[in-house]
Amino acid sequence: MSDRHELPLFEVFVRSKRGLDHKHVGSLHAEDHEMALQYARDVYTRRSEGVSLWVVKSTDIVASQEEDADAFYDPMDDKPYRHATFYEVPEEVKHL
Amino acid sequence: MSEQQLFQYALRLGDDALTLGHRLSEWCSNGPYLEEDIALTNIALDHIGRARMLLAYAAQVEDAGRDEDQLAYLRDCREYRNLLICELPRGDFGDTIARHFLVDAFNVPFFGALARSTDKTLAGIAAKAVKESRYHLRHSSGWLVRLGDGTEESHARVEAGLARVWGYSGELFSMDELETGLAAAGVAVDRETLRERWNQTVDQVLAEAGLERPADDWQIDGGRRGDHTEHLGYLLAELQFMQRAYPGLQW
Repeated sequence: MSDRHELPLFEVFVRSKRGLDHKHVGSLHAEDHEMALQYARDVYTRRSEGVSLWVVKSTDIVASQEEDADAFYDPMDDKPYRHATFYEVPEEVKHL
Repeated sequence: MSEQQLFQYALRLGDDALTLGHRLSEWCSNGPYLEEDIALTNIALDHIGRARMLLAYAAQVEDAGRDEDQLAYLRDCREYRNLLICELPRGDFGDTIARHFLVDAFNVPFFGALARSTDKTLAGIAAKAVKESRYHLRHSSGWLVRLGDGTEESHARVEAGLARVWGYSGELFSMDELETGLAAAGVAVDRETLRERWNQTVDQVLAEAGLERPADDWQIDGGRRGDHTEHLGYLLAELQFMQRAYPGLQW
């Protein structure tokens, strides 16, 4: 590890097969996006884990904060009508 | 074309991959940082995987009771047939990138052409190798630009690395009786035909990196005849130590 220059941090997302979503798998250090993409390939797909990669600068991710949890999520708890639990699902409908 | 010629050709290509892969594997745990360490080691494993396939094929063609391990571990320097550029010491990171860039820029068109060989086994190995080499070139040319267009020190180091390795690059294109004969039979690649594309790749990336193309003031060859640099003996001493010290050791 160089002590002179810390490389920027990137978050890595891998899509394991076509049709599935990209999932966050971890992070790594790299100088730029191209290098991050190559390292993501070498670090996170070397056992054939993926068919597609996304890399995003960690500083570009805006995260909700722990102290916001009350304001953000509690108001949803008393709105059961937002869940589709009041509908009767016809028997013919599978995989819902 | 005789079996002996095909054996020699597979051996040459296998030795190229083995020595180059071994040199790169020396970075394992010594990389500049974790991610690059893994990247270099992955590429080393691609080369060693190739070596295994090519030497196994050579052993099969030779049909003399040797296998790929015996070819790798029990031949001395003068029996190795790799290009000199593959055996040079790994040097610093600039040396490593300079060497790999020149070889990768050659390997992409070389394995692309070998994938059309009339020999189905060589064609199959080449079809796998060319995909790996495209990635290797992306890695090494990216670094060449980053170092050449980087700091004063990185520029100076990669420039010195290029100057050191340049005189060995001509051997990539040298043809002898064996390869000329095999190329005429559609088995081997005519290396001369790849020079133009190599020049294009090299000049383009060097320009992007802000580096001068070194002068062609000296060129050396000899690897194909078994005339190696003094560095190969040390490489083999490490590579072959276990089998020399404990003959037939399995693990």
